[in-house]
Formats: sequence, structure tokens, C-alpha cells
Amino acid sequence: MAKFILARLMKAALILVCIAILNFLLIQAAPGDPAQVMAGEAGETDAVFLQQLRERFGLDQPLYVQLGRYLGTILQFDLGYSYRQQVPVADLIFERLPATLLLSLSAFVISLGLGTLAGVLASARQGRWQDSVISTIALIFYATPLFWLALMAVLLFSVQLGWLPAFGYETVGADHTGLRRMEDIAAHLVLPAMTLGLFFMAVYARMTRASMLEVSRLDFVKTAQAKGLRPALIQRRHVLRNALLPVVTLAGLQAGQLVGGAVLIETVFAWPGIGRLMFDALTQRDYNLLLGVFLVSAAMVLLFNLITDILYRLVDPRIRVTA
Amino acid sequence: MRHVVSATLALLLTTALAQAEATPGGTADLIVQPEPPGLMIGIVTNGPALAVGGNIYESLLRYDETLAPMPSLARSWEVSEDGLTYTFHLQEGVTFHDGTPMTAADVLFSVNDFLMKTQPRHRNTMAQVESVTAPDEATVVFKLTQPFEPFIRAFAYGTMPILPKHIYEGTDYMTNPANDKPIGTGPFRFVEWQRGSFIKLEKNDAYWDKGKPYLDEVIYHVIPDAASRAVAYETGVVDILPGGSVENFDIPRLTELPNTCITDKGWEYYAPLSWMWLNNRNPPMDNPKFRQAVMYAMDRQFALDVLWNGYGKVATGPISSKTPFYSQQEPVYEYDPDKAEALLDEIGYDGEPIRLLPIPYGETWQRWAEAVRQNLQDVGIKVEMEAADVAGWNQRTANWNYDIAFTYLYQNGDPAIGVSRNYITSQIEQGSPWNNVEGYSDPEVDRMFEEAALAYPAEARQEIYDQVQVKLQEDVPVAWLLELTFPTIYNCKVHDIVTSAHGPADSMRDAWIEQ
Repeated sequence: MAKFILARLMKAALILVCIAILNFLLIQAAPGDPAQVMAGEAGETDAVFLQQLRERFGLDQPLYVQLGRYLGTILQFDLGYSYRQQVPVADLIFERLPATLLLSLSAFVISLGLGTLAGVLASARQGRWQDSVISTIALIFYATPLFWLALMAVLLFSVQLGWLPAFGYETVGADHTGLRRMEDIAAHLVLPAMTLGLFFMAVYARMTRASMLEVSRLDFVKTAQAKGLRPALIQRRHVLRNALLPVVTLAGLQAGQLVGGAVLIETVFAWPGIGRLMFDALTQRDYNLLLGVFLVSAAMVLLFNLITDILYRLVDPRIRVTA
Repeated sequence: MRHVVSATLALLLTTALAQAEATPGGTADLIVQPEPPGLMIGIVTNGPALAVGGNIYESLLRYDETLAPMPSLARSWEVSEDGLTYTFHLQEGVTFHDGTPMTAADVLFSVNDFLMKTQPRHRNTMAQVESVTAPDEATVVFKLTQPFEPFIRAFAYGTMPILPKHIYEGTDYMTNPANDKPIGTGPFRFVEWQRGSFIKLEKNDAYWDKGKPYLDEVIYHVIPDAASRAVAYETGVVDILPGGSVENFDIPRLTELPNTCITDKGWEYYAPLSWMWLNNRNPPMDNPKFRQAVMYAMDRQFALDVLWNGYGKVATGPISSKTPFYSQQEPVYEYDPDKAEALLDEIGYDGEPIRLLPIPYGETWQRWAEAVRQNLQDVGIKVEMEAADVAGWNQRTANWNYDIAFTYLYQNGDPAIGVSRNYITSQIEQGSPWNNVEGYSDPEVDRMFEEAALAYPAEARQEIYDQVQVKLQEDVPVAWLLELTFPTIYNCKVHDIVTSAHGPADSMRDAWIEQ
């Protein structure tokens, strides 16, 4: 197992460098550069000003020099400096990390927990009203655009009912501390986490249901039934465990996106996460910041892929993963 | 019309209440949109940075809604009769937020050194200046090379902020740590900035204008989505939506909320004017008759009434009616599709497709571009709509890669500063989206703008600007759209948020909340 993990880690490091190079070149292909965006925002510019900006950001150097510098920086575990905000990229990303992880992990837990449960319930009551209700609700959440759902949730729970705060991470200016602050953050978390979670919950529910039904038709289940085992036990020990593989795959994929953030949800709920940071960096052509977010997200995807592969072996011992 | 009436009522109400006694205390919650990249306005000069930074930094003067100068860090000033010497007498007892006294040395440092290195606009203004000296600690004298009447309007906080010499002298201005914790002389001190969430300022107890500011705290909220910003106001999280915070189609709904006031004041200095660049280099835009046809084809009143809710005014030409030296001149282009078609027939326009590039500043602008496309197609101009994000739009316009492109620019208090740059030949230079992007060139117009800038006194300038407006309105180098106004929506319990030509962006120094 240790050998397998080590080999995978080395491969991941190589992939990460390739991703870094690819990202760098892709961004260069986009129209506009940070100097032009900043000059544009200044409302007035001249050739001297543009040249000053380009020199400061190193944009006057040939592309290979810029790429070499960038790779040199990241190989020293430094994500560089944000052109636009004049702050180290790592600071900007880590500043947003707690909010991002809180939102993504909450949504992850809600979606995985409720989704799998709903899927199991629907498959156990296949064809009955419970199945119809769960499947219909799942279909609705799956098909509804996330931003629309978010706006409707705000209108209902914040504007009309006034139960929950509409946006933000905490009440600005309230200066809460300790338990009171945690309560405040939790209240702010409910709408974005639920909205984000509902979409994935629908995906998990549909996938678990389909997978459970597929597995329950297999021969070994019939054997178990023939042996006279209790249906609940068959469902839990034989069907669910085998049906979980696609769910684990999906969970791995979703977990990989944890740090990438959720741009739409973060935008609607003004949640100060990494998704929004990435979006702003893109529109402002803040190259280093954008590359930094991409790189950290890519590293997370690779990490969770590895964890998924390890989980496969634990869930289903028949799988023999080779390095 | 309904909105104009309600705006007028709101204004009357505001004026009446403004006469009530100001009470100290409280927190004002505003929107800043988008989040600024920094707050040090000697370096970062975009709108959001100035909106927050205006509370922290000050200049020598402020301007009232007629653009007449008012005291700020200068308590009084004199201009010599020949228009060559400007003498400023500084306020007494002014300190920076770290307690260090502000003196004429800080003014000299900011004007002669710091801003010369960081701001192109300042370099242009200073091209007229022979010397800046300080005969004593409380006096600063600017000597000009020749009379330059617009000079008196160059002392706004956004164009000439006074910065602390003791913090910046001898350092790398761009990377000085004080840029993250800005220190100025303004009515509010910087406290905290949680990026992505909010910027918090607190009252400067040592402010030179005794008794001010009234507010204890000012908080700028960062909310990226326009609909969520509207909700923030509806749910009472913010009290003030400065101009441009919400989409225009939300304004009528918000103004109907209880206890809500609206004002369109506070845009007199910037006087944003919108137009479409018609790339004069590309046929058929190289033909003035085609450009006139575009003007006749557009139903600008419709855009004003429907897309901008009646806030603003149909533009008549290159100078906004809010900007000094505006005068109503002929020709005026009314909506007249028949005339547009006749002009197109006359020049034998063959239906060659024209690319239209909207400005990516939100839904209103997108809808406006669609309305214009419809107008142009109605008279037989074939239009292909294009799309770009802000960076792409900047690059396309700055490198002249467009046929027709939307834009709007600030006039900055004087045609010599904010208007001539868009029409004179020397401003045809790739790389900037703010100069003569359309490529119009006429030696007579160049001469008139040059003479008008340097003519003295103001009456002499007016005469030349009258002529230049006629000439440009005949030639139509760009298709003028509307004089824009971005109304500020606010809870009526907050008073005096607009007390200068810069609006709420010129600090909350006079604002107070009914307790």
C-alpha cells in the first residue's frame, strides 16, 4: 500500500507541473493583460504608464522567461504575488480557505448524507409513493439552475420570512465572539450550504437509487434471499456496500472541487470564498492569483483522486489497484 | 415621469431634513462595487478605490455642484490676475491619522514627487506648471507657464490627494506597507479590510473640521451580485446604495420601499457621457454621412426612458450639459429613421455587416446594445453583435479592433481635461481605451481645443468651445448617447450624503443619521 501511495504521489507531482505549464499558456492565450485592465480602470493612461505596469509585472519579458520565472517560483512552494492586489497569492488564498472549506464541506456532508439515504429509501420502496416523491424532488433539484434556486431561497427565507441572513459570512460590524460568533456564522451558512447541497443531494440520490436497484438484481442477492436472510440485512450488508462504488467515485470528484469553490453560490450569497476570488482574478487578468487558485485546486483534485482509489480498495476488496 | 416626480419629492424632503440639527453617532453601511484592488488612491485610481479612499485622503479643494471650489485642506486661495499664480493657505491643526502634522512639505512631496511617478493624469496637469513652492509651512504656491483656466479644478481628492511624506519618502511607493493600511488626513480612519466581505472605517477624532464627521463608523460591504445588493438594501443590511450599485430595472421597485430616498446629485464633476465609438478608420464609418445616419437611427429617448428609468439626459454633443462650457448647438440629432435611410441611400451603403461591441458592465448595457442593434437594423444597417469580457473589451478598443463600440467616460470638470482627449489628433495612440479611440482627426478641431484650453479668461474659452461643439456635431466622430446619472438610493434617515460634485464618493464627512 505504501509503495502504491508513493508511486501515485510522484506521478501526481509530475502531473501538477504539467498542469501549471498548461494553465500558464492557456491564460496567455486570453485577450487582454493585467496592465491593460489596470490602465483601463485608472480612467486615463499613457504609454509611460502602461510600460511602467508591464515592467513591474514582468510582462515586458519574452514568454519563456515569464514561464521559467513562474515555474521557479512554484517549485519553491511560493505562489507568487498578486499584481492587482499587491498581496502574496498564498495569503489571498489562505484568507479565503476557511470560508470555502466551511461552505463546501457542509454542502458535501448534506448532499452525501441525505442523498445516499434518500437513494437507499427510494430503491427499497421502488414503485411506491415514497420512491415517486423522492425521485421527483431529486429531479427538480437536479434540473433547477443553481443561481435561480439561490435567489428564490433568498427571497423566501430572507426577504419574505426574515428567518435567515441573505448573504455574507457573518454579521459585519456586530463583532461577535466565541459561541455567539459561531451561531452567527452558522446562520449565514444555512442558505448557501443548503442550496449548494441540494443539487448534489439530488445527484447522489439518483445515483444511489439506480445503483442499488442494479445490484439487487444480481445473483448473489438472490442467493442471500434464498438463504433466508432478513431483507434489511441484505440491503445493508450485500446491496448497499456493492452499490456504493459509483457513489464513492462521485464523492471523490466532488471532494476534489472543495477548494475550487462554487462561483455561482459564492456570488449570489456574497460568500467570501475561493470561487469568487478565482472569478475576479479571471476578469481582472490577475495572472498569478488565477494560476495560484488553479494550482491549489488541481492539487486537491489529485489528492482526492488518490483518496478515492484507496477507498475503493477498502469498500471492495476485489479491486486490486496496481501502481 | 413618475420617477422624476418621486426623485424631486425625495430631494425636497432631503433638503428640508438637511436643515434639521445633525446628530453625531451611528454607523453608515454602504455598498462598494466592485471590490477595489487597493485603497491608496495615490496609486489606485479606479472608481471603487476612490469611493472608499475619499474618506481617508483629501486634497486642497472640494467642488460644489456648480464645480465652484470649496475649502478642504486649503482654507483659502488666491489666483493672480494674470492667471499664472495660484496661492493656497492650508488649514491649521491638520494631522495625518498617525498623529503627524500635515504641512506644505507634504503637499510639495505629493505634487512634485509621488503623483508624478504614479498618475498619468497628474503628469498631464503638471505640464502646465513651472514650479510648486512653499514659502512657509502653511502656504503653497503653484506658478504656471501660461494661464490655464481649468487648473482650479485639478485639486480634487481623486486627482491630487495629499499624502504623508514621512511615510513614503525614500521608499518604493508601490510596495510600501502603508498602502495596505492607508494613512491620510480624511474624516475617517482605516480600521479593517476583510477581502471579499467588507471594509471598515472609523471616525477620525482629530479631524481638522471640528465637530465632523458625525458618524462613528462607515462600513463598505462587498456583494458581488447586483440582485443580492438590492436584497441587502431591502433587508436593511445597507443604508446607502451609491450610484451604479444595482441594475437600473431594480431602481423603481427599490424607490417604492418605505422610507427610501433617491438623489441623482453628485455626478456633476465626473459628468459621465456615453457614446459609441465609430471606428473612423473603417468604411463605411469613415464617411460622416454614415455616422450622421447612425445618430438619426437611434431612439435615444427610448433608451433613456426604458433602460435608464428617465435618469439622465439625451446627449447633444461632445460636452455634457453638467460640464462647464457646454452650450446647446446645432445640429441636434432627433430620432428620425427616414432621414437615416435617406443618408444611407445617398452614400450607397451596400449592407456590409458592421460589428457592434457592447461594454460588459452589466445587464443594462447589454440591453442597450440590443436596442441600438434593433434601431440600426430598422434603417437597414446590418449589425453583428460581438461579446467580450472587461479585459477583452479593453484590448479590443485600445487596439482599435472594432467597428462600433459602446463606452462612457468621465469629463472631469473641464473640456480641456475630459473632452479634448477623445477628439484631438495627438491623442490617437494605441494602448489606451480612454483617448481618441475612434481615430478622428481634423486640424481645425485640434487647433480649437488647444486654443480653448489656454484661452483666458473663461469668456474667451466659451467662444471657442461653442465653435468646436458645432464642428464636432456636424462631423459626428462618435455617436453620442446619453448624459448618464447613476442615482444614489438611501434610507431617508441618513442625511447629507451628497454635499459636493463628487457625491457619496467624496467621503461621508457631512453625513449623519437620525437617532
